[in-house]
Amino acid sequence: MQHNGFKSSNRIVQWIEYRLPIFSFLDQQVGTQYQAPKNLNYLWNFGSLAGIALIIQIVTGIVLAMHYVPHGDMAFDSVERIMRDVNYGWLIRYIHANGASMFFAAVYIHIFRGLYYGSYKFPRELLWMLGLVIFVLMMATAFMGYVLPWGQMSYWAATVITNLFSAIPWAGQSLTEWLWGGFVVGTPTLTRFYSLHYLIPFVIAGLVILHIWALHVHKSNNPLGVEVKGPKDTIAFHPYYTIKDLFSLGIFLAIFGFWVFYFPNYLGHPDNYIPANPLQTPPHIVPEWYLLPFYAILRAIPSKLGGVIAMGASLAILFLVPWLDTSRIRSGTFRPIFKQFYWLLVADVLVLGYVGSQPPEGIFIHLGRIATAYYFVHFLLILPIVGWLERPKPIPSSISESEAGTTQEASGRSETGT
Amino acid sequence: MCSLTDILTKVSRRAVGLGATLIVIVLGASIASPSIATESAKYEKRSWSFYGVLGTYDRASLQRGLQVYTEVCAACHGLKRVAFRNLLDLGFTEEEAKAIAASYDVSDGPNEEGDMYMRPGRLSDYFVSPFPNDNAARASNNGSLPPDLSLITKARTGGPDYLYSLLTGYSDPPEGESLLEGMSYNSAFPGHQIAMPPPLVSDAVIYIDGTNATIPQMSQDITQFLSWAAESKLEERKRLGLKVMIFLIILTGLLYAVKRRVWSGLH
Repeated sequence: MQHNGFKSSNRIVQWIEYRLPIFSFLDQQVGTQYQAPKNLNYLWNFGSLAGIALIIQIVTGIVLAMHYVPHGDMAFDSVERIMRDVNYGWLIRYIHANGASMFFAAVYIHIFRGLYYGSYKFPRELLWMLGLVIFVLMMATAFMGYVLPWGQMSYWAATVITNLFSAIPWAGQSLTEWLWGGFVVGTPTLTRFYSLHYLIPFVIAGLVILHIWALHVHKSNNPLGVEVKGPKDTIAFHPYYTIKDLFSLGIFLAIFGFWVFYFPNYLGHPDNYIPANPLQTPPHIVPEWYLLPFYAILRAIPSKLGGVIAMGASLAILFLVPWLDTSRIRSGTFRPIFKQFYWLLVADVLVLGYVGSQPPEGIFIHLGRIATAYYFVHFLLILPIVGWLERPKPIPSSISESEAGTTQEASGRSETGT
Repeated sequence: MCSLTDILTKVSRRAVGLGATLIVIVLGASIASPSIATESAKYEKRSWSFYGVLGTYDRASLQRGLQVYTEVCAACHGLKRVAFRNLLDLGFTEEEAKAIAASYDVSDGPNEEGDMYMRPGRLSDYFVSPFPNDNAARASNNGSLPPDLSLITKARTGGPDYLYSLLTGYSDPPEGESLLEGMSYNSAFPGHQIAMPPPLVSDAVIYIDGTNATIPQMSQDITQFLSWAAESKLEERKRLGLKVMIFLIILTGLLYAVKRRVWSGLH
């Protein structure tokens, strides 16, 4: 029995395959029939790691939802009940809470890998944009999830972030009250956040399927940024990349376990173990680490509306990157000037993250403004201008060509150097 | 065009140097101040038996800590998330735990006549808070609310170190610093003026096991006890964690070997 190159001697597999060709489909998409560039480095493992992190979040989240009570008077207590009385409840909750950080860490590396190797360029613009939609939805989901334990930081983060909508002229206040379901953040806010926190991950899962679908049309970009020219440039996804992904999954889970078992509360904030108190504002309201760069941009503008617009723009601008980058060379490896500005952007985002964690006083105000300005300058000015002016290094004609010619190229370079 | 490119190259090199410097500053600063958003809460780092890969609570210290809690802290502070059945973790026998529970009067009901009534506590009951509500607590404490202690070591930056420093941090205010009425000076407390009067004096309790009840000793014991109250699954977590980590490291090593083997066929 054979279907699209798929063979099996198992009668049951044959029976199913004849009626629903799911085995051949999987074989073509993530199996022996799927050909991927042979030169992918370990930075290409973070897509699958992010996908697994999403599954871990959904599975642990479903279990938590069986025990959690979304009500202002009971949410905090129900979380403590999970920690103390539910069998392995502490483990499930710590996996879920730290899983959010692991998910974002994987996704940030995944995004910055795309930025370095120009993975957003033709013909992968839509793939990039689908990924960004996933990222924005992740931020919304993580924020609403952080509100659910109904601790002090949950409550006040919800208050600060929902208040941003009041900056919208004319309709702001009504819109904010509509979001709250009342005149302050309260149980109606909590129940709708809970509902959406449960819903959006499944929307993300759907978008992940579209993201993979779009990926599989033109296949993965690769470190050289040169399109696959033929079978010499590729290897089968299974077994080569499945085993490589599994190996990196082992490392990922070990780092994950390090947090869960030994520092489960390090990435959280102590104030969130104090039950929500609408009458007492914590001294510093800070979001989780993965939202800090955007929080810094929000606070960099001295007007509320301006801050909201800047934060929105900092995300929106990423959707335009495929067109803002004017260079036709994909990979940063062959772009000597772009490469340096790329690392400067990485530094800038780290600075923004640090500024976001600090109280908005003294030097942090200036540092935040400079870093915010530079963030936009990078995308609006540097990216297009460098693309026009830069002289890229010679690029290999194909992936297999480059592998054969590595030594040649290296000796060639040293000759010009002497 | 050519010279423009050269200028751009130079500018970008400078920029990268600047960027690298910034990263070093940021990383350095974040290592130097690991606790984000603390305001002058000072605490000394101590080593606790429950730190480390296989850390455990000190049973004798936990039992002494319970004694400090019930004889000193419980006058003002609740412990509402801890049940008497949890005391079995402290090394008490079931009989001992039942006796401790029975020493509390617990409200139950309504009975068949529809009335609430008091009865001795059982293992399934929780520690009874000293005040019926927050307002009653404030009314008895000069307007301040003594927090419930069930989660206190997880709810404060510095955790056990902070709690220990707070309990041992009482002193007369430094010269020139005046205290508000009813406040005490405490070097660990943010702002240094704390509404809780010094809770511990030497020999505030007479330890059943004969340990000398100095202020540092009692502070040590109550911190152990409240750390357990906040994170009672710590020992289970660390023991499971070690097994999981060993498993994952071996599995990852094997996966790496398989990966090498599979890929070796390519070259």
